[in-house]
Amino acid sequence: MIPAAFDFVRAESASEAISLLSEHGEDAKFLAGGMSLLPLMKLRLATPTVLVDVGRLRDLSYVLDAGDHIAVGALTRHRDLETNDLLATDCGVLRAVAAQVGDNQVRHRGTIGGSVAHGDPASDLPAALLALDATFVLQGPNGSRSVAATEFFRGFLETALEPDELLTEIQVPKSGAGGFAYEKFNRRAQDWAIVGAVATHVHGATNVALVNMGSTPLRATAVETALAQGASASDAAREAAVGTEPSADLNASPEYRTHLAQVLVRRALEAIAV
Amino acid sequence: MRIVMSVNGSGQDHDVEPRTLLVQYLREACTLTGTKIGCDTSSCGACTVLVDGESVKSCTMLAAQADGASITTIEGLADGEQWHPVQTAFHENHGLQCGYCTAGMVLAAVSLLDEIPNPTERDVRLGLEGNLCRCTGYHNIVKSVLAAAETIRSGS
Repeated sequence: MIPAAFDFVRAESASEAISLLSEHGEDAKFLAGGMSLLPLMKLRLATPTVLVDVGRLRDLSYVLDAGDHIAVGALTRHRDLETNDLLATDCGVLRAVAAQVGDNQVRHRGTIGGSVAHGDPASDLPAALLALDATFVLQGPNGSRSVAATEFFRGFLETALEPDELLTEIQVPKSGAGGFAYEKFNRRAQDWAIVGAVATHVHGATNVALVNMGSTPLRATAVETALAQGASASDAAREAAVGTEPSADLNASPEYRTHLAQVLVRRALEAIAV
Repeated sequence: MRIVMSVNGSGQDHDVEPRTLLVQYLREACTLTGTKIGCDTSSCGACTVLVDGESVKSCTMLAAQADGASITTIEGLADGEQWHPVQTAFHENHGLQCGYCTAGMVLAAVSLLDEIPNPTERDVRLGLEGNLCRCTGYHNIVKSVLAAAETIRSGS
């Protein structure tokens, strides 16, 4: 399968990338690792006329201690997250979830920013970042703005990014080495989650997010509220599907996804001893 | 567009369409057909090659993204007549039957052993989750990779 024809330009800096994108208009797309965009282009579900390659912007590949939070460059590859020492002590959940993305080959190419900007509800990292109350830094022609993860995912593959904005940084709170669980349910190795549940302690609260339970990654707010009111893990987990709209596909019906969400949330909460 | 890269140590310089996939480039422009196209959807791993030493699925990478990189395909793995220890281990442990997945499987294993020189059986099974084999049931592949790790560690 070959993508439809397009022009390819390589950006040497974030600001050059943004002006190239503005210059080429709405049919231009940023290309990072390509693990999400290239499959869509090969299936001709996406047909950008210009690709602006940001894959070589090494200055956007970093994991830094920024005092009260960890700053992760948008072009940091999954492989670099899953082997990062700072994350091991200060944000173990991000490191562990990155290790669950795709397979080794995918993690050698795919980037955290690419995964977030793609906004697939079945992806692992967007849900983890939602659970972490992450903040995304978006750079556009007129400067940068910060958007909370809870405000970022708007619809299926739809985010708060404007067409000429580049996601440059992901900021996550220091949540420690442990205190998290990611329950990813699939039937074959390397597959997307049929449903997934991330639970993590952040600033004294227990946050829970769901993978593939609607058109965006979702916070299980009913579960969080129940926990805050003192419910047990198993009682809180019964609320896992409240407010979700799970889809039907080859793998699962909405009813089965609802069941999975309840079971996976319970397991995740029990794993972090809620 | 013009792209220049090193493939198995030899310089390659071609004018390609931007939409050319790395696997197409290797098979058609470089005429290195050891790299196979399997699923063509980044699931099966048959097209795995090393880009700057790391395994990638060449059906899901543009040749343009590899501009300036150093690529190793199955043709470039042996040192002259001397097979790479992973190749020898697959031969000795019957790590292949039809052979279609083998080029990708071997290169994925080389990359894995570079990252985890002393893997457990579980490390190998997880590390090769991106490579499908429809013949062997994986047991002999895992055995081969563990044997290769031993050979590489002992320096022979």
